Amino acid sequence: MITPNPTFQIALLILLAPFFGALIAGLDRKITARMQGRIGPPVLQPFYDVMKLLRKEPIVVNRIQVVYAFLHLAFMALSLILLVLGQDSLMFLFVFAFSTLALVLGGMCVRSPYSRIGSQREIMLMVAYEPVLIVLMIGMYLVNGSFLLASPIAAARPMLFTLPLIFIAVLVVLAIKLQKSPFDLATSHHAHQEIIKGLTIEYAGPYLAILEIAHFYEIALLFYLIMLFWASSLLIGALLACAAFFLMIIADNVFARLTSIWTFRFMWTGALILSLTNILWLYL
Amino acid sequence: MPAMSTFKKSPWVVHFNCNSCNGCDIEFLACLTPVYDLERFGILHVGNPKHADVLLVTGSVNHRNARVLRNVYDQMPAPKVVVACGVCAATGGIFADGYNVLGGIDKVVPVDVFVPGCPARPEAMIDGIIRAAEILESRNTAAITSVSCRKPLHRCTPVPDSPKPV
Repeated sequence: MITPNPTFQIALLILLAPFFGALIAGLDRKITARMQGRIGPPVLQPFYDVMKLLRKEPIVVNRIQVVYAFLHLAFMALSLILLVLGQDSLMFLFVFAFSTLALVLGGMCVRSPYSRIGSQREIMLMVAYEPVLIVLMIGMYLVNGSFLLASPIAAARPMLFTLPLIFIAVLVVLAIKLQKSPFDLATSHHAHQEIIKGLTIEYAGPYLAILEIAHFYEIALLFYLIMLFWASSLLIGALLACAAFFLMIIADNVFARLTSIWTFRFMWTGALILSLTNILWLYL
Repeated sequence: MPAMSTFKKSPWVVHFNCNSCNGCDIEFLACLTPVYDLERFGILHVGNPKHADVLLVTGSVNHRNARVLRNVYDQMPAPKVVVACGVCAATGGIFADGYNVLGGIDKVVPVDVFVPGCPARPEAMIDGIIRAAEILESRNTAAITSVSCRKPLHRCTPVPDSPKPV
């Protein structure tokens, strides 16, 4: 796993992660379609979409929003690198949070009310899921004795057995970050008419493609984050992550959309109490 | 070059109801159901003209909505195509003689594909969108190099009022 040259590893990550994310997104769309009794788009459809968007005319409302789109992409790629290279987990959390924050600021800097509603909902989602991620990092520290993200890989026992309740809470965070129902209220993959794609409404052409590529990085990042729960074996970790993603697709097709305040209540009662109970259990 | 055919593989459609009786609109929504499944061609029904490649218009144009239709068209990034769905969008249909009706949507925006029918059948609409996607592919995109900064509410050229024979 550990390649001697980190520069090579970073370059490989930056190049391959979006392809991996796009493939997962394509499979997601195909499986969703099959679940709804449709044939569905080709598995490579996200590639076609992004390549098409890159060839469209770039239209901007103001130039600041472009800066935020690039910041979103750059910080998402950086947080993936921090995660995979096993860097400090709190640093990873900050960079990851700033990436989402750049998206929110990009949505806030235009005059469209839909974009602002989407941004405000995204802020609510961030407030809802960030505590769970912080508790996850604390749990990882209590189990492995280190805040380094490389520590679960060195651990003998998979984290799934020591942090099972936090794993459940992280699955809910996964649903929020993948923009899956019931939490797809800031912007959604399916309901394009729902606040007209919210956050991304004022992005057109190549700038929308940048947001899409950032989302592919995000998918790869979340996949790796789930893999960390069974980090001793990469194969079982990958299977675990695949199962988690499949669960997300089922949830996406089953649930209706929650409002932002309900999401907040659910995360701060259900998910947060679940993960704090896990921390208490580690102390006992 | 694989990148050259991407427009054909992912045309995103924005649907605009322009004074339609809702017949064509219901038929278009039927395209999204499992029976017809637009998404198998990579076609997405988006709600935002800024994300769209194909403008699908149902119904005829009147004095009130001509400006709105033009605005939606102007907000779409190039290259873009327009599909006129049903006879109303083509000529005004049975409403052509109405005192407020200007006629087909080609009075306001350049139309690339006319889909016949009253209402147009979903199969015909899918065929029309795919033909439009082929036109989209053939549009020259080489001219697009610089970033264009557009105001969100673009004022369009007014449509001349042509007095109708009573």
